[in-house]
Amino acid sequence: MATFSTSEFRGGLKVMLDGDPCAIIENEFVKPGKGQAFSRVKLRNLKTGRVLERTFKSGETLEAADVVDTDMQYLYNDGEFFHFMVPETFEQFAAMPAVVGDAAKWLKGQEMCVITLYNGQPLAVAAPNFVELAVAETDPGVRGDTSGGGGKPATLETGAVVRVPLFINVGEVLKVDTRTGEYVSRAKA
Amino acid sequence: MSWRPTATFGMLRQRARLLAELRGFFAARGVLEVETPLLYGAGASDPHLASFVTDYLGPGAASGRPLYLQTSPEFAMKRLVAAGSGAIYQITKAFRNGEAGRRHNPEFTLLEWYRPGFDDAALMQEVDALVRQALNTPPAARAPYADLFARHVGVDVHSADARVLRDAAAARGIVPPAGFGDAGEPWLDFLWSHAVEPHLGCDGRPLFVTDYPVTQAMLARVRSGSPPLAARFELYLDGVELANGFHELADAGEQRRRFTADNIQRCAAGLPLMPLDEFLLAALTHGLPDCSGVALGIDRLLMLQTGTEDIAGVLAFPLSHC
Repeated sequence: MATFSTSEFRGGLKVMLDGDPCAIIENEFVKPGKGQAFSRVKLRNLKTGRVLERTFKSGETLEAADVVDTDMQYLYNDGEFFHFMVPETFEQFAAMPAVVGDAAKWLKGQEMCVITLYNGQPLAVAAPNFVELAVAETDPGVRGDTSGGGGKPATLETGAVVRVPLFINVGEVLKVDTRTGEYVSRAKA
Repeated sequence: MSWRPTATFGMLRQRARLLAELRGFFAARGVLEVETPLLYGAGASDPHLASFVTDYLGPGAASGRPLYLQTSPEFAMKRLVAAGSGAIYQITKAFRNGEAGRRHNPEFTLLEWYRPGFDDAALMQEVDALVRQALNTPPAARAPYADLFARHVGVDVHSADARVLRDAAAARGIVPPAGFGDAGEPWLDFLWSHAVEPHLGCDGRPLFVTDYPVTQAMLARVRSGSPPLAARFELYLDGVELANGFHELADAGEQRRRFTADNIQRCAAGLPLMPLDEFLLAALTHGLPDCSGVALGIDRLLMLQTGTEDIAGVLAFPLSHC
């Protein structure tokens, strides 16, 4: 397996640390007035999502992690697993709910997701940045209110709850930012 | 890939103004501007400084001769002082291999000056005057290295061994690199850069760190005492190291011993050996007037002046654009 030295560390690089695959978030070169240079590295453990800080001597190496991000289409949930498919090859992968995590609440089927594979197995699922989902339940719309201030909760067809402006009604399709969980706009018809 | 400069033209104009101000500062004080070679027959011996080396081939060296891009103009400027130049300063490029980051570029601009008749305390006053003029800061504070280490790490740096330092790191939840050995010095560097430096000069008041342990003396003279302390100072503002100065070592024998000790460390670490600068040693043997000298990073001064977080913002073309 390939290794990377501190000089190759950069945001996004996937490496093995203490037996777990991690993604480097940032790498800061630190050098006191006199003395040893260090790389102060922030990493995200891709299994737990936890952010770690570690220091390496300049020139130290870490093993590359066999981690690849692949675009896949979400197919369906069979009650136990979430199923995804690589559109070009029709290769299918099943991911446990723990792996899908929060992304599940944005998925109804057909969406293109980024699946992180570790040693060929799904490790994490990222929903599309924006999804369009219909409102299943919310208080009746208030006519004339276009201020967007205040707002009210709305339950979407997938079960996700987002804050929406008062003028939104049941059945309307909304554009939502999955990274922040916030309402963006009505979906353009 | 962008061919355009990373600094704005506003920033480049500010850089030009700063350089003009610095030259005015020294002109008013009767300090002579000098130039010394960027390519020199010896480089820094410090094992933690990596010099770029290149080869001269031509008249005077038919079979080639290595020349080192200077990590600072220290050796040549001390030769000028020994020859009787009086007070001198230089604004020059300096080169350090392997150093690139938010506050480092392998090629950077250094202001270095030497003051015959000044001790480190007198030179600190002059550095403070220059920084106050450039940054409008209040008068700088001073604190001994050991006091700062005790305050932020909680150990007595003069008595602590590697084990005590390792426990102090663990108590603060700072994870050291793998395979950190039993020598105390790497631990000092590690704890200093991780637990002390980020706090220095963060109250808006620049801070001079003084009275370094002898292991951190570099080219400073050592004041006898218990413990003996190096007449070295560093200036910090907003956790950024801005300047490093010494009451200069003038003892040729001691200088030769430190060069040799550095080369022994280099050998042990598998690093290339550095030729001894016999010109400097001869100048010291002739006699270096009692003097202090300091180097100050111009790029970082400009970063602090303009509130710039990344050195690329004050350089026309940083490493990534070369």
